[in-house]
This record gives sequence, C-alpha cells and structure tokens, in this order.
Amino acid sequence: MASTFTTEPTESGPLSPLVDLLPSGQKRRQQTYERIIRVVLTMVASVAVVITLGVVASLVQPTYQFFQEVPFGDFFGSTKWYPLFDPPGFGVWPLVVGTFMVMVIATLVAVPGGLATAFFLNQYASDRTRRYLKPILEILAGIPTVVFGFFAVTFVSPNVAQKIWPVGEVGFYNALSAGLVVGIMILPMMTTLAEDAMASIPRSLVEGAYALGATRREVCTTVIFQAALSGIIAGAVIAISRAIGETTIVLLASGSNAEFTFNPGQAMQTLASFIGFAGIGDQPTDSTGYRTIFAVGSLLFIVTFVLNMVSIRIVRKFREVYE
Amino acid sequence: MAEDQQEAVRLRQEQDVFRHSHGWLEHGATTSGKATVSIGISGTGGGFEKFCKNETDISNASRAINATEAVNCAKAGVTYTEIIVANDGLAVVVNPKNSLTCIKMTELKAMWAPGTGTSGPGKATQWSDAIPGNTTGALKLYGAGSDSGTFDSFNTFVHGRSTTSRTDYQATENDNVTVKGVAAELGAIGYYGLSYAEENAKLNKALQIDNGKGCVAPKISTVQDGTYAMARPLYIYVKKAAVAKSPVIREFVKFYLDNADIIAADALFVPLTKVQVNTARGAVNAI
Repeated sequence: MASTFTTEPTESGPLSPLVDLLPSGQKRRQQTYERIIRVVLTMVASVAVVITLGVVASLVQPTYQFFQEVPFGDFFGSTKWYPLFDPPGFGVWPLVVGTFMVMVIATLVAVPGGLATAFFLNQYASDRTRRYLKPILEILAGIPTVVFGFFAVTFVSPNVAQKIWPVGEVGFYNALSAGLVVGIMILPMMTTLAEDAMASIPRSLVEGAYALGATRREVCTTVIFQAALSGIIAGAVIAISRAIGETTIVLLASGSNAEFTFNPGQAMQTLASFIGFAGIGDQPTDSTGYRTIFAVGSLLFIVTFVLNMVSIRIVRKFREVYE
Repeated sequence: MAEDQQEAVRLRQEQDVFRHSHGWLEHGATTSGKATVSIGISGTGGGFEKFCKNETDISNASRAINATEAVNCAKAGVTYTEIIVANDGLAVVVNPKNSLTCIKMTELKAMWAPGTGTSGPGKATQWSDAIPGNTTGALKLYGAGSDSGTFDSFNTFVHGRSTTSRTDYQATENDNVTVKGVAAELGAIGYYGLSYAEENAKLNKALQIDNGKGCVAPKISTVQDGTYAMARPLYIYVKKAAVAKSPVIREFVKFYLDNADIIAADALFVPLTKVQVNTARGAVNAI
C-alpha cells in the first residue's frame, strides 16, 4: 500500500507535517535537532567508506614496493610459488588456482544445498519443522571457523575426502576437504539470503500459480525461482566472496604446499591461506617476503572487488520491481 | 634469591627449544617465584632478529648464530655470550606401517634436493626415485618452514648448506602438522626435533641414519657422543647488557645449569655431558 504522506524534504529537513501546528519555538528546536541528527548519521555512515579507503591505502604502498623488486612478469608469468625460500619463486598462479578450486567446491556444496533448504523452508516445511530447523541452521552458522578447520582435518579428510575422490591418491591435507567444509560453513548464509528473497515475492504470484493447478515443485522452479532470482544471485555472490576469503579452514585443512594443480585431492594453498601462513611466521618487516603478503592481499582484494561489481550488474539485470 | 624483586626476563626462542625453556620455567617457578619471565615463540631466525633489535634478553636457538645475524647484532651494539644448554638431534620419521628402518644420507639428499639450483620444486616424486627398488609409492614430504632453525639444521646436514632445499613439501613451523601428516599417509616422510619423535613414538617411526658408517639409531648416547649423524647442540644467547642490568638473568641461567639433567629429561632433550656443563658454567660466570 503506497504511503499517502509526502516525504519530500522541506528547507529544514523532513519533519512531521503536524509540526506546523506547534508553537514556533518548539518548531525551531525540532528543526535544529533534525539537522544535528542528520549530520551525525552521515558521519557514522561514512565511517564505512573511510575504513574501506583506509584498507586500500594500507595495501598500496607495500604492494608498490613489492613490484619494484619483483617484476610483473615473475608474479603473473610463472607457476612456481615459493617466496619464502632462498632463492625465491614468485609465480602467483598456484595460489589463484588453489583459491579457484576451493571456491568451486564450496559453491557446488553451498549453492544447491542452500537453495534446496530455502525452498524447503519456504514451501514444504510445516511451521513446527521450520521452528526447529531455523535455529539449527543458525547454530551451524555460528560455529567458529577454527572448529570447522579441525573438523575438516580430523573427520572429513580421512572419512569423506579420501573415500569419495576417484582420481589419484588423496593426501591427508587436501583442497577437497577444505572446500567441502567451507561449503558447509557458507550454506546457512546462502539459505538465509535465498529464503529472504523468496519471502519477499508477492503472495499473489505464488497463490495465483497454485490456483492455476501448479504442483509445489512447479511453483518452486517456475514462479519462485524466477521471481526471486536477483536476490538468490546476490546471496550466491555473497557466499562465494566469503568462500574466496576464507582463511582458517583452508589454513588448517589444505596444507602449505603451493602446487599448481587442478586436482583437489592434492594439497593446495590459496591466496588467503598463504597470507595466514606467512603472517603467522617470522618475516622481517622490511623484506621482500613481508611485502609479498601485501601483494597477495591486494590481489585478493581486487578479485573480491571485481566479483562484487559483476554481481551488482547481474542483480540489477534480473531485478523484478513489484508495484 | 637475596632481593625481593620482580624482574622481567624476556626470552625469544625456537619452537623446539621452547619446550625446553618451559620445563626450565616450571622448575624455576616452584623454587624462587620472584622473577617474571615472558616467553615468545618463533623460528630461530625470527628470534635472532628480535634479539638484535633489543627486544629480548635471551634468545634460544637450535643453531648457532650466523654471520649476517652476528653483524646485525654488532651494528646494534648488542654483545652476547653463547651457551650450549642441551643436545638435540633431528629425527627423520615415517609412517609406522612403512617397512623401512634405516635410511642413508645420500638417499635423504636425493629426496630433498631441488631440481635445479638451490631452491625450487624437487625431482623425486616416488620413493623409488631416491631409494632404488623401494615399493612404497608416491613420496609425500613434510618438514620445517624456512624461518625455522630446524630447517637450517636439516639442510646443513643433508645438503651442506642451510638454505638449499626443495620447495614443494608441506612446510610448517608447527611440528604437530608433520606428526599428523606422517601418521596418516603411508608414503609420508618428515623431520623434526628428537624430542617430538620420542613424544610421538606411537604415531611416527624414527629411522636410523646411515652416514657411511652403518645405521645409527637416535638415542641419548648416540647424540651425546656424536655418532648419530644429525646431532646438534641447542644454544642460548644471553645479552651481556641485560645481565649487567639485572642479576636475575644470571641466576636464571645458573639455576638451569644446576638442574640441567632434570630439565632436559622433562623436555625430552638429551642432557649435556659433564664436560659441556663445565664449559657452560665457565661461560656464565664469565659474563
């Protein structure tokens, strides 16, 4: 229902229409109060922008220095990553491939699983089931990543990863267990975001489909999915960004050997887990090894940034506006 | 102790030697209880860096200070005394189900050698690449990270140079990663300090090393008399200026030497021989 109040700002800001009935002293006080509030809230909101700019600024200087010492060609042109050895190797591709593999496996677990759970909660579950399932999902979402990491190493790796992966020998530390557990970690996030998107569809669309004789499955796949698509995609991108940046689980479960390989049964190192690994160690502050951490951090930041830009485009394209 | 003082004795040390000083602290705390000691952990290289920047008073190390670090300390005006506090060895471990019991240094070198130059991916991918006729299969390597004194020691023993190593193995500063990995994979081989080998004897099997004179098992006696090929002393470096400023530090070190046997046994290190104890006492008294 559209609002019948106009909320266009007057010269003194958006005040209640009834304020004209107040004595003039009180009206002036309200106007000043509103002005102050607006300034304070603007400042608080811009803190987020300032912090983002601050993070970028802190990465720029060491990254620039890094590329003075290590040519672009070495960084982007080689597949040998061992920057902390002597002599070092600076080809970043093993880290990029590792990040990509973990992200793909996590996405394959979380997106279908999250979507299915969201459909279940939205259309299939009874009220009682929903009342139990939602808190359990929240508990899953609240488990610390370090606990997930240990779960990946001690349970998933020997009992799941080594049993299901058919290609070659699966090592104890491997990207598959890390990817699976990252997927489990982001599944609640995907479920919540997808379910929110589904809940915001006008009921008239859904009920109209049922009235026309559609089965529940048909309603889900033809009406709800299409109508909520932009929200689902936005949710998927948020979950994927989380997977790309996940450090602890990968650090514990995927090993520290930066091999250039597409086989997730092997140990891999990702951009984020390299930063964790090297950051915990003892790199002297003014060394190339130290600046390598920043260069990798910048690359990770750029990758996530591009992903977010792409997602905004896609979301805008699929957005349905409801009158 | 004569005075009622709380003094801070800062230490900075290698992971292996950490367990040693921790034992030192536990014994010390019950008898004197008047000094505050804070310990930080890092690799030997990292520890020396902080030592030469005047951030710590004592630095524990699993290898001797090298030329570059000595120069850095001299430039910062830091003078120190080197004291050997325990003996240790490097254990090479394999999965308990691996039938191998003795390995030659030449075979270890073949396993860990970089393909070309002094660093880079290695050549050996199968056990048979290093040990002809061995049927264990794929080679999975675990070892110390490049910040670690254990890394330096191992490479010096195997390759003759502390920074020569292949780079495609599971590197970690935390030896528990190696313990778990070697226990889980049949084709795994790793290295860490002897004390970890004794503690994890059920999970990992320590190999005997043959350096041309027959297979020698890692034991207290073989480490003390040097017949075990990868025996190394553990050092502490004590800042002379810190000792002058605070008598607690000298007491701390003296306390250790008086109780060397108990502390080393607790931390599963090899105790000093009588000769070494006397040398150390002399060094402490001379500070």
